Amino acid sequence: MPESIDLHAGRVAVFRRQDRLFHGVTQFFALTVLLTLVGILASLSIEAYPSLSAFGASFVWSNVWNVPDEQFGAMMSIYGTLVTSIIALLIAVPVSFGIALFLTETCPIWLRRPLGTAVELLAGIPSIVYGIWGLFVFAPIFAEHVQPHLQAVFGGIPGLGGLFAGAPMGIGILTAGLVLSLMVIPFIASVMRDVFETTPPVLKESAYGVGCTQWEVVTRIVLPYTRVGVSVGIILGLCRALGETMAVTFVIGNANRITGSLFSPGTSIASTLANEFGEASPGLHLSSLFALGLVLFLITFLVLAASNWLIARGRAKAGH
Amino acid sequence: MRQAQFLNTVVALFAVGAYGAHSAQAADITGAGATFPYAIYTKWAEGYKVATGNHVNYQGIGSSGGVKQIKAKTVDFGGTDAPLKAADLDAAGLVQVPTVMGGVTIVTNVTGIESGKLKLDGATAADIFRGALKKWNDPAIAKLNPGVKLPDLPITVAHRSDGSGTTFVFSHYLAKQSMAFMRDVGAGNTVNWPVNGVGGKGNPGVAANVQKIAGAIGYVDIADAMNNKMNFVALKNKAGNYIVPNQDAVADAAVGADFKVKGMAPDLLDQTHKNAWPITSATYMLVYKKGADASRQKGVVDFFTWSLKNGQKMAKDLGFVPLPANVVKMVEAEMKNIK
Repeated sequence: MPESIDLHAGRVAVFRRQDRLFHGVTQFFALTVLLTLVGILASLSIEAYPSLSAFGASFVWSNVWNVPDEQFGAMMSIYGTLVTSIIALLIAVPVSFGIALFLTETCPIWLRRPLGTAVELLAGIPSIVYGIWGLFVFAPIFAEHVQPHLQAVFGGIPGLGGLFAGAPMGIGILTAGLVLSLMVIPFIASVMRDVFETTPPVLKESAYGVGCTQWEVVTRIVLPYTRVGVSVGIILGLCRALGETMAVTFVIGNANRITGSLFSPGTSIASTLANEFGEASPGLHLSSLFALGLVLFLITFLVLAASNWLIARGRAKAGH
Repeated sequence: MRQAQFLNTVVALFAVGAYGAHSAQAADITGAGATFPYAIYTKWAEGYKVATGNHVNYQGIGSSGGVKQIKAKTVDFGGTDAPLKAADLDAAGLVQVPTVMGGVTIVTNVTGIESGKLKLDGATAADIFRGALKKWNDPAIAKLNPGVKLPDLPITVAHRSDGSGTTFVFSHYLAKQSMAFMRDVGAGNTVNWPVNGVGGKGNPGVAANVQKIAGAIGYVDIADAMNNKMNFVALKNKAGNYIVPNQDAVADAAVGADFKVKGMAPDLLDQTHKNAWPITSATYMLVYKKGADASRQKGVVDFFTWSLKNGQKMAKDLGFVPLPANVVKMVEAEMKNIK
């Protein structure tokens, strides 16, 4: 046996030990995430059990939240959460798309960094600031200058008019959706910008070379190439909107009901939790709040699962 | 300055570490509970620290939180707006005393109607707050306000969205006035508000909603209503007089009340004094009758004794209403039992 191998063997063993340690430590970190997730799910389920066993599955679609009578259902909170998030996405996705396109395709170089930084800074503003701004600045302007016009234009149209019925108070479902859209735009826009930048220049240049317009390059080259990344950005924004608490609590109006009008006050899962947790009496009320938390957890989980499925399908179709 | 602070901290740490050995020395005491008295307890703690050098730390976590914390013995005293019943106090071995009073006011934002000009009685207020009256020119309101031009404006009920002692007091008052209110809305920290309601977080949230929404009516404590210069409703009291809320009217509500009950929590709502403000309540302090640590028990008693003696002007300045002198004497006597 040549002795040089023996010499190395000692060092290799050290490396192997180091590798194993490194593997062990990182694995431990990764497992704590899983453990935390399982722990949260378990404690939510345990605390929610009294409520879920009292009301059964009807908790999810029951439209009653009556604390003095101890009758609880999640429907109006689920409705508020979903509707405000959908409004937020309807506005935020096209706007973010525009921001990202401008920043990557047509923006003068000198403006790119300041604009990009501004978008990122917008993401760093604490949500309570959005809430206070929404309540004290945006809502009064919205009530005085926007809501009456919306009512004047759409009020007479059958079906559509109902969406804008009720007193223009400035706060309500629509306001919450608008403030949320402002909050998720920076997330979606910065992800979109980052993935747009990954489009190989050679693809774009070839397209321009054969005479494509900018719009054609964007819709036929950039978007198909970055579809997965763009969907991830939208999902991130959606998840933020679903769970947003303080800003929504300030502007949604906090009324436990569904009216169908976007002007009327409503409630979301997160805002109900923020409002009632502190003073909830132990028993069914507290348990039902935990059950609401569990519902929000499941909604977020479903959204993530659905997006993963869509992304996987998209990849398969694109042949990646 | 920094150094002095650091030294203070070190000394305080040693003091905390050593209180077991020198039980005569007062330790830092902590309390938690109702948010309503937070402002005054903090003010008293400042004054008390200047006067005696002892620290008192109070956290406004909500009344139910305060009861939970004192029962779990994580704090030296608890604060609650909803008094515990005598049986609960006996079962837990707790002493309960009132510390300061306050009033809940009804405030409005109705075009053309100045503060104090709108008159309501309890039953009509209950009908408004349960959503039975939809417009300001409803005959039920007009009947009480001859000569006042009431607009054809929808009523919006501004209420608390968070569970709150203010809601507890207000809903109990309205429930006493109207069976229908008790049935539709209920009484408690969180109740079942009508469909024309809009919820705001905290007294400031309700105040902001009332001020922004034309046709709104809401309820906030007297201090917030005064600070925000809001429009008061004159409310009919038990003696039949319409009262515009102020601190004297709240103080008058306590005059006829009998505090000589276990827990010292007589019902202060709708009292009979001719000038009494009908929606009056006190906030309460909870402490163990026999605590594990005599020096901390003494700390709690010393703090509240000092505050009731020296802190009444501070209370008034902040919009609270001091306890009547005879009640202060009773509180002092009751606190003598705390060991």
